Amino acid sequence: MAALLSGLAVDAPFRLHMGILTLVLGLATLVALRLPERVAVPAGEASYMDQPVRIGSLLTVFWGVVGFLVGVLVAAQLAFPDLNFGPWFTFSRLRPLHTSAVVFAFGGTALLTTSFYVVQRTSRARLFGGDLAWFVFWGYQLFIVMAATGYLLGITQGREYAEPEWYVDLWLTIVWVAYLILFLGTLLRRKEPHIYVANWFYLAFIVTVAMLHVVNNLAVPVSVFGSRSYSLFSGVQDALTQWWYGHNAVGFFLTAGFLGMMYYYMPKQAERPVYSYRLSIIHFWSLIFLYIWAGPHHLHYTALPDWAQTLGMVFSVMLWMPSWGGMINGLMTLRGAWDKLRTDPIIRMMVIAVAFYGMSTFEGPVMSIKSVNGLSHYTDWTIGHVHSGALGWVGMISFGAVYFMVPRLWGRERLYSLRMVNWHFWLATLGIVVYAAAMWVAGIMQGLMWREYDSQGFLVYSFAETVAAMHPYYVMRLGGGLLYLAGGLVMAFNIWMTVVGRVRTERPMPTAAVPQPAE
Amino acid sequence: MTDKPTTREIDELTGTETTGHEWDGIKELNTPMPRWWLWTFYATIAFSVGYTILFPAWPMISSATGGVLGYSSRAELHQDLSNLQTANQAVVNRITELPLHEILADGELTRFASAAGASAFKVNCSQCHGTGAAGASGYPNLNDDSWIWGGTVDDIYLTIAHGVRSATDPDTRFNLMPNFGADGMLDRAQIKDMVAYVAGLSGIEAESASPEAAQLFLDNCSGCHGADAKGVAELGGPDLTDAIWLYEGSVASIEAQLNRARHGMMPAWSEKLDDVTIKQLAIYVHGLGGGQ
Repeated sequence: MAALLSGLAVDAPFRLHMGILTLVLGLATLVALRLPERVAVPAGEASYMDQPVRIGSLLTVFWGVVGFLVGVLVAAQLAFPDLNFGPWFTFSRLRPLHTSAVVFAFGGTALLTTSFYVVQRTSRARLFGGDLAWFVFWGYQLFIVMAATGYLLGITQGREYAEPEWYVDLWLTIVWVAYLILFLGTLLRRKEPHIYVANWFYLAFIVTVAMLHVVNNLAVPVSVFGSRSYSLFSGVQDALTQWWYGHNAVGFFLTAGFLGMMYYYMPKQAERPVYSYRLSIIHFWSLIFLYIWAGPHHLHYTALPDWAQTLGMVFSVMLWMPSWGGMINGLMTLRGAWDKLRTDPIIRMMVIAVAFYGMSTFEGPVMSIKSVNGLSHYTDWTIGHVHSGALGWVGMISFGAVYFMVPRLWGRERLYSLRMVNWHFWLATLGIVVYAAAMWVAGIMQGLMWREYDSQGFLVYSFAETVAAMHPYYVMRLGGGLLYLAGGLVMAFNIWMTVVGRVRTERPMPTAAVPQPAE
Repeated sequence: MTDKPTTREIDELTGTETTGHEWDGIKELNTPMPRWWLWTFYATIAFSVGYTILFPAWPMISSATGGVLGYSSRAELHQDLSNLQTANQAVVNRITELPLHEILADGELTRFASAAGASAFKVNCSQCHGTGAAGASGYPNLNDDSWIWGGTVDDIYLTIAHGVRSATDPDTRFNLMPNFGADGMLDRAQIKDMVAYVAGLSGIEAESASPEAAQLFLDNCSGCHGADAKGVAELGGPDLTDAIWLYEGSVASIEAQLNRARHGMMPAWSEKLDDVTIKQLAIYVHGLGGGQ
């Protein structure tokens, strides 16, 4: 059918894209036919469906490294524009490839994978619907491949973080609804009296992303045989719909989903109870209720009416404490076991993730205040903010979850090397610090230069001068990105060696002191 | 769903009671919410309520609440702009009325016009002529005293207002250097000779020209570049003796221009900017160092 669509295509990119789809589906069919017959799985509460989780853990690492690599490349292009190779490898096409690779390929695969792992264990139930989990898993991977190849071909609907065109969007909708059914079905057959807090967050993530994706991508295709479509919205309504989507992609994809991850892996790795049940209830509901209104802060001082800007700002300010509720619950889970920070590099990774979460969820409300936004908007400060959240929070908590799961999934005694986890931790942390610091300085300088007027009200700097001034910081940012990528490669090696069953002979990490009971 | 008996217990390390739930070994402490957390949350809510009373916020049926401060971002912008306009109005009026040479005679007016022109230059002109107006290959340097279309303030004004080779302005500055080589107006040997001659005018190292070269120049080139090759500003014929080149001062570049001439284009800015801004730009560019 894809081949047929390719034949009927009215524009060249659509023809190529459908050709790629034919190729991918053809290869997948070949692989599926050659797979050995599956052994019937014995029913029972212990038989969790872990094969998608295993493949997902590896793909999370793979997409992570791909995403960081493309990130390093686009950072290099910004510092040295000669590195643009047209038309496929220009900044304009690689930038969405980078954002989608880290958010949807790396982050999305991590969320799918961990949610499969967590929901089964905290519900004591096998995934609902048999092969439905495989459909969701491979269906999502197909979405990633179609989105990524589309960007390189120049197919985009020009909506940030929602660049894929209508036919890829339709496919994702089908996959996502299947994911919702899968998750709800598993929750309904749980053998626990209550639903664990991690699953509240995962469910909020799945439900809200479905709503955001469908509404923001409402569009009419020019032709069913073509790659172009037109949005149902126009003007400022269009902008507001886009940023309602965009901000909640951050709120529900990159925050709620990963909080779900934190609520399982952090207490498990620390072997400590969650700090406060009450806090988890209040911060969950306040976060869910407030986040959805915060989008208009992306459109301060634009054609958006003042009243909508005000609401966007105050809802963002009110988000500060609900966000920090998650940070407190994560950090304070270590209460009585702080010693593990010294002995366990995985816990260290999770703690730094939560710390960066706390930092960027404080920075966010500050930047949403109109007078601050007047300086920060459109500058690289925003880029720094996003990356302290993405590299610090999303990246680090996912690494921690992968390091937790892989030895257990493959029945290994421990990871190939804990020392390498430590190396990964320091490379990544240093990378983030360099990145964020360079972008703070660059962004604030850029904002100040743009708004610099002399005493008579005349502009002081030309745009090109602001670009020239940022060059050294762009180079520093590239350095930070390289450090982070290096950490990712260390992880990939470590995980692979663990999977093949090797254990590195190395000096052990410092041993834990015996925890003392409270006075 | 099978109910398990919930067993509350006291956590050893913290001394806090658990909720009695357990999932895959994870328990929850029944710690109360931190006081500072709760009060800060209340404070942000109170701030938000206060802010929405002061500023436009709540959508009603046909419009939104305006806020007791009567704030509007558009009104604020208009106020800022009109304050600026009022403050500068007297000076701007005089620049509007006076001819350029009279503005130049007045120190205060010149300073203001230069500052305003510099600002407009950064927005509109720096893309081609560079932030410091030093130009680039194909885009003239405006800091030197070599002017293709004349360097008096009135010449500069006309060039800015009507552009060079503008497709839309009938009064634009216009000339075309012929394609002497490509159109067969000179043969290959003559081109070579002419390249050597022109290169020699400004001391570029090249083969020496033949004795006939001077006559060849007079016959073919002097109409636009002048008999002394010092250029004719009225026709936009550049000075070939001053070692300042629009493209590149090399044998290869001169030869390329003689074979198939490159022609730059400058927009007619009167189509986009108002007359005061163009006057201010002319004063600024004139004052860059090379104005005549």
